[in-house]
Amino acid sequence: MSIDEHKTKPAAAPPDVCPTKRKQLDLASAREQIEDTTGPEYWRSLEELAGSEEFQEMLHREFPKGASEWLDGFSRRGFLKTMGASLALAGLTGCTRMPNTEIVPYVRQPENVIPGRPKFYATAHTLGGYASPVLVESHLFRPTKIEGNPQHPASLGGTDVYAQASILDLYDPDRAQDITYLGDVRSWNAFIDAIRGPLMAEKSLAGGGVRILTQTLSSPTLAAQIRDYLAANPQAKWHVYEPINRDNVVEGAKLAFGEPVETRYDLSKADVIVSLDADFLYAGFPGSARYTRDFAARRNPEANMNRLYVVESTPSSTGMKADHRLSLRASDIEGFTQSLLSLEMHGDPAVGSGDSARFFAAMGADLENNRGKSVVIAGDQQPPAVHALAHAINEALGNVGKTVFYSDPVDANPVNRAESLKALVDDMHAGKVDVLLILSGNPAYDGPADLEFASVLKSPAVATKIYLGSHRNETGELCQWHVPEAHYLESWSDARAYDGTISIIQPLIEPLYNGKSAHEIIAVLAGDSAATGHDLVQAYWQKQHAGADFDTFWRKSLRDGWVADTASKPKAVALKTKSFPAPQSASASGIELNFRRDPSIYDGRFSNNGWLQELPKPLTKLTWDNPIMIGPAMAERLKLNFKDVTELEFNGKKVKGAVWIQAGHPDNSITVFLGYGRIRAGRVGSGAGFDVYPLRTSNAPWFADGAKLTATGETYNLASTQGYQTMETPDGSERPLVQERSLAEYKKEPNFAKEGEPKPDLTLYPGFDYSKEAYSWGMAIDLNACVGCNNCIIACQSENNIAVVGREQTLKGRHMHWLRVDTYYNGPRENPKGFFQPLPCMQCENAPCELVCPVQATLHSSEGLNDMVYNRCVGTRYCSNNCPYKVRRFNFLLFQDWETPQFKLMRNPDVTVRSRGVMEKCTYCVQRISEARIDTETATVREGKEIKIGDDLQTACQQSCPANAIVFGNLNDPNSQVNKWKAQPRNYSLLGELNTRPRTTYLAEVRNPNPELEAG
Amino acid sequence: MQIFPRSSNAIARASLVLVVLAVGGLGWVVLQLERTPYITNAGVRKAQPVPFSHEHHVTGLGIDCRYCHTSVETSSFAGIPPTKTCINCHQQIWTNAAYLEPVRESYRTGRSLEWTRVNQLPNFVYFNHSIHINKGVGCNTCHGPIDHMPLTYQYASLQMEFCLDCHRNTEKYLRPRDQVFNMRYQPPVDDPLGKNAVAFNGKTYNNQSALGTALHEAYNVRSVKDITSCNTCHR
Repeated sequence: MSIDEHKTKPAAAPPDVCPTKRKQLDLASAREQIEDTTGPEYWRSLEELAGSEEFQEMLHREFPKGASEWLDGFSRRGFLKTMGASLALAGLTGCTRMPNTEIVPYVRQPENVIPGRPKFYATAHTLGGYASPVLVESHLFRPTKIEGNPQHPASLGGTDVYAQASILDLYDPDRAQDITYLGDVRSWNAFIDAIRGPLMAEKSLAGGGVRILTQTLSSPTLAAQIRDYLAANPQAKWHVYEPINRDNVVEGAKLAFGEPVETRYDLSKADVIVSLDADFLYAGFPGSARYTRDFAARRNPEANMNRLYVVESTPSSTGMKADHRLSLRASDIEGFTQSLLSLEMHGDPAVGSGDSARFFAAMGADLENNRGKSVVIAGDQQPPAVHALAHAINEALGNVGKTVFYSDPVDANPVNRAESLKALVDDMHAGKVDVLLILSGNPAYDGPADLEFASVLKSPAVATKIYLGSHRNETGELCQWHVPEAHYLESWSDARAYDGTISIIQPLIEPLYNGKSAHEIIAVLAGDSAATGHDLVQAYWQKQHAGADFDTFWRKSLRDGWVADTASKPKAVALKTKSFPAPQSASASGIELNFRRDPSIYDGRFSNNGWLQELPKPLTKLTWDNPIMIGPAMAERLKLNFKDVTELEFNGKKVKGAVWIQAGHPDNSITVFLGYGRIRAGRVGSGAGFDVYPLRTSNAPWFADGAKLTATGETYNLASTQGYQTMETPDGSERPLVQERSLAEYKKEPNFAKEGEPKPDLTLYPGFDYSKEAYSWGMAIDLNACVGCNNCIIACQSENNIAVVGREQTLKGRHMHWLRVDTYYNGPRENPKGFFQPLPCMQCENAPCELVCPVQATLHSSEGLNDMVYNRCVGTRYCSNNCPYKVRRFNFLLFQDWETPQFKLMRNPDVTVRSRGVMEKCTYCVQRISEARIDTETATVREGKEIKIGDDLQTACQQSCPANAIVFGNLNDPNSQVNKWKAQPRNYSLLGELNTRPRTTYLAEVRNPNPELEAG
Repeated sequence: MQIFPRSSNAIARASLVLVVLAVGGLGWVVLQLERTPYITNAGVRKAQPVPFSHEHHVTGLGIDCRYCHTSVETSSFAGIPPTKTCINCHQQIWTNAAYLEPVRESYRTGRSLEWTRVNQLPNFVYFNHSIHINKGVGCNTCHGPIDHMPLTYQYASLQMEFCLDCHRNTEKYLRPRDQVFNMRYQPPVDDPLGKNAVAFNGKTYNNQSALGTALHEAYNVRSVKDITSCNTCHR
């Protein structure tokens, strides 16, 4: 990946790529537009709503202004010189002789290895201690693609963006590659020798000076190893810290039940779902993949539809999917929950007035009517009281045991993270720590500001500091010893999924840089420096499963991806109290500051991952940057606009960042996102965005009052893709791009979405009869099921070798994603409804792109695919100019990294790596179609009976989708799933009035609003 | 005064034609150059770590293709044998031959032999052996007289026109599946005496075109329209 942007400081605005004078966005007019209802019914951004000229221009353009011009300071003379030479030699490129290449066979070929055929292995990716079970595609033992494990109950084939993108971390060239002591390279043996002395000294003190700092972990083996060590050295201590932690969840459970428990929900049985600031449909929430599957399965209007109420502060993709959303400041949610409990338990009338009182009353009644079939979910960032209240409400509604289950915590050491780190810092200050072992994580960067972990780590208070980490990051730099950590695809371990099911993590490749796993480091601590991760994990399981059939057990567990019968058993817990103290009333006038995990780079650990950095975040579609997010009302009051750089003051500390005005964000509230502004992330992540950890303290990790925002007068371009590639409805057409009705309206008029679609015979030319072919490929996307989780984008990027272009290029609209997810809003900007529309190539039967290509580089196949032939493409870009869906992407520069050896290992060998000057776009994963076709055709001949491709052929986006929102298949097979979807009345063609006859169609959105809230 | 003699008119006229011819001729030369072994490497014998002779192993010893190229029926890649396959025999025979030393060394040290690739497809093409083998395309249809190659070379140009010739006229090249690995297979020639007649499905064919059409049908080969779609080979 070519990253040309490393050192962007938030305050320094890069040269404006749009040389037109910007017209100020008029928020007041946006409000009037809504009031007059003359604006578009479904809008993509506040700019569109306000009818800004800039947006109009973007709408009419193929690429944003500046994308197709060479503005990189290249002189006209130099340009002509280069071009002259290239033109003269243009025709000769075909005559290049092929260089000699080598074939290097095995010496002894392993059994069951067939070169050219990938193999899949089950393993698990962990985040915050929770395992997300995956299958990894391996080409001759090179892992190339992550997929969900369809048989695992926590995945059912779905994944999350972090698991999808983790393959890029494995091949990250910035990973630490050597064991170092104060920056000098050392051998493993030198490391063992050097720490032997200090460890021997500690032995006599019963480990009194040894501290182990880990992240949240659920690995039974590692926990047992650490506990064994602590048992042998009773004075040693184990601390746990992670910035995105579940302290509030644990404390809430203790408040309610007196013990930490894991709460699990069965959304398949929930008719009414209430989320209290819980973003449970996005990656990072434990079990999000499974919850998304269960939630989406209940969004079918033909069956019994569920209803989702979301009460939240920072708008999330979950909130946008809600049937009813209430925008509250984070601190007001406790009071709301308290009232809800009173209502459910004592029938107390609602407090408050206006919309929120109506919302409250209707939601309360809905919950009341669905006792035992509802669920209340509290978000991780809400205080313990909200969690305790949610437990009490679920109890009062009789949901426990039906939709809500309790079990032992998945977390192996559920201590309070902030307190744990504080205890460690205190011990370090007091000189009680001699040997500090930090097992990954980055507390020097992401620790609470008040603990000043970095400064105490830097001070000579601790004699021996060892850091095990994948990157030489902010923490690693302050430790003498840095041991490179093996990636999860390189090492053995085990971990629990959200439901307690244990997966054994098996490596797919030898460590690329002799990395070590946490198991091996703890073994060194315990005096066994020769133990391998495999032996340690296997030895643990041998103890758990003693018996003659261990080998069978072990192999089956590895093959399946989980250990049978390890899901947590539901546990009966009793509420300790039913009366909770009244919440402290937050001052309504003060400005609240919210800290949120970043949807793409989480707490900052993924900041060197180019795929995640460039992934447009849900709603804002921001890439490479974090904003200061405020609501429209506050922006209007403070006279702030998009791109305005403001200074945020909180607790006496200041940071500067550009403003993002988000529809649906509550007033008097600011949201900032963690994870940016890193200085030691690597070539991709260093310098992107601004760091807000200095504002975050251990007593206010998620939100607090008392922030101040002042304009600085500077501007900064945030790289948001929201305005790019926007589709335009043809003149005179009233058909919206997203079609939506309420359930009641849908029942009355099920065919609403098809209005205005042309009759199929609207052509003078004889058509091609696809129905005579063996296959004709088509796709249907269910807007109702899509939750905007972005999984498909990363899955597509990984499967199809799509390049990362960097922030500067994204600003110019040159990003390369074949699949984008458009967000539409509908309703008032203070609290709109949101819609997500994944948009791959439509594979039009009447493809406008094909007609205009002068070199026939894009042509139709007999199976209805719109083929793209890279070697014919000369880069006129006429095709993308003529594409009404704006799904074609052009390699303006050499975006692929052809040099870095690691990336050569990573790429999918079945897909061309595109070079500069070539157009590309979604192919419906034609490499997968080809492979399936060859396999079935071969089988047909060999077995003498016709075997056809069935629904088990899946595109990458479809495979990764946790919501099952995408279905792909053969339109000529009457029993295929895609035909069943397309036969539904909700099915409609996007821009069908252009008679492009897209093969990708959409199932219109049907919401299930509460009739009481709909009227009026 | 006249500077140019009258005859220069004719020269001027001729030069118009000559320029067109020269430009056209240059184009023709470039196109022909493209097809020469200089560019395509067809017929070029490349240096290998061991002078392996297909002629000796196939014709001389009668070893089947699949003994070494094990994945040819199941994978896109035919497979290059691991050193172990060579050693299977060469631990018994020619154990001291000097030119087999690289093979023995590879087996001793565990370091792979590094062969120079002979059959090299142009860029942007994804070829799959298994589908061709299973649908009745013989090895030597593309690889030529491999059983008579003391040193292996690429037989065909492997350019797009070479592939399309068969994809557009499958009946010209298909043979019964049991003949795919037969290096001495001769297609039927139009001959009333039935020279090279080939039996298939209980019928005898004297004519390749008739045989190919029957095979196309029997092996469920996709239509010309299908197999000349771009995505058959390019992705």
